Amino acid sequence: MQIKVNGKDLVLEKELSVKELIDEQRIEAPEYVTVQLNEEFVDKNDFSSIIIKDGDSIEFLYFMGGGRI
Amino acid sequence: MKYSNEQLERYSRHIILKNVGVKGQEKLLGAKVLIVGTGGLGAPAAMYLAAAGIGTIGLVDFDRVELSNLQRQIIHSTKDIGKPKAISGQETIHAINPDVTVITYQEWINSQNITDIIEDRNYDFIIDGTDNFPAKFLINDACVLTGKPFSHAGIIRFEGQTMTYVPGKGPCYRCVFKDPPPPEAVPSCKQAGVLGVMGGIIGTVQATEALKYVLGIGQLLNGYLLTFDALEMNFRKVKLSQNRNCRICGDNPTIRELIDYEQQVCELKQH
Ligand SMILES: [Zn+2]
Repeated sequence: MQIKVNGKDLVLEKELSVKELIDEQRIEAPEYVTVQLNEEFVDKNDFSSIIIKDGDSIEFLYFMGGGRI
Repeated sequence: MKYSNEQLERYSRHIILKNVGVKGQEKLLGAKVLIVGTGGLGAPAAMYLAAAGIGTIGLVDFDRVELSNLQRQIIHSTKDIGKPKAISGQETIHAINPDVTVITYQEWINSQNITDIIEDRNYDFIIDGTDNFPAKFLINDACVLTGKPFSHAGIIRFEGQTMTYVPGKGPCYRCVFKDPPPPEAVPSCKQAGVLGVMGGIIGTVQATEALKYVLGIGQLLNGYLLTFDALEMNFRKVKLSQNRNCRICGDNPTIRELIDYEQQVCELKQH
């Protein structure tokens, strides 16, 4: 299946939870990343339960200021 | 208003624009923009807004100019080292355009003074040119509570981001980023580094948003986060949804007072 991560195409072999994708993508400081799935904010508490499906578009949004985390 | 010949010439490239014209330039000359921070972002924003003829520019900065600022904070010069940044910024603006009235606020913003500063001249638009998260959340919350539009931006290393908040027309900064990260989780400003031009690129986007807002033209970055990656030379406009659970602008807001979050140690240094 194919998804978009921050606008870039990514092929996944199987469906993943948001949490699993965060791990797989080695997102830095995952506790502070904001996630939008198909233009809807995903609550941090739902990272493990929400499954990313074929065609989904996911955005990882990072704090950016004196330091990016 | 009556333009002097000198003004007609100074603003001729604006006046000739269909979307600006004499009327638009009058709007700019009557507009008041508050710039919080005269650093990497605020410096170019202030200089372009001054050149554009924004009639009143407020500059908020308690810091003094240091040698290490000059790699990116182009409103200040080598001769200004040691001078309060707000004053140095005021002098540069006056040198660019004597039409502009500059109001200086030599203060660190906090929950006690930010609203007074915003309401001092009833600013039309606020530019967040700060470099730390407590200040960014403070500006966001103050603008939401006073119903003022503002431009958020952040830069680090080779990356930048910016979004525009317009009351009632899209998400605020807190809709996207709920709370500031704890101070110890953020690499200090000195550790992280930033390519000098990043403030120029993102700060001038902020100035562009202010000009468009005042002129009432085009589409603003409300409802979008514009991200920029200089290494890939890639701009992306990420559509943002409204966060109905936002604690300050959501359906059931719980934040009714401004909050002073803990600052990074390097932001606290006093001169
Ligand atoms: Zn909000």
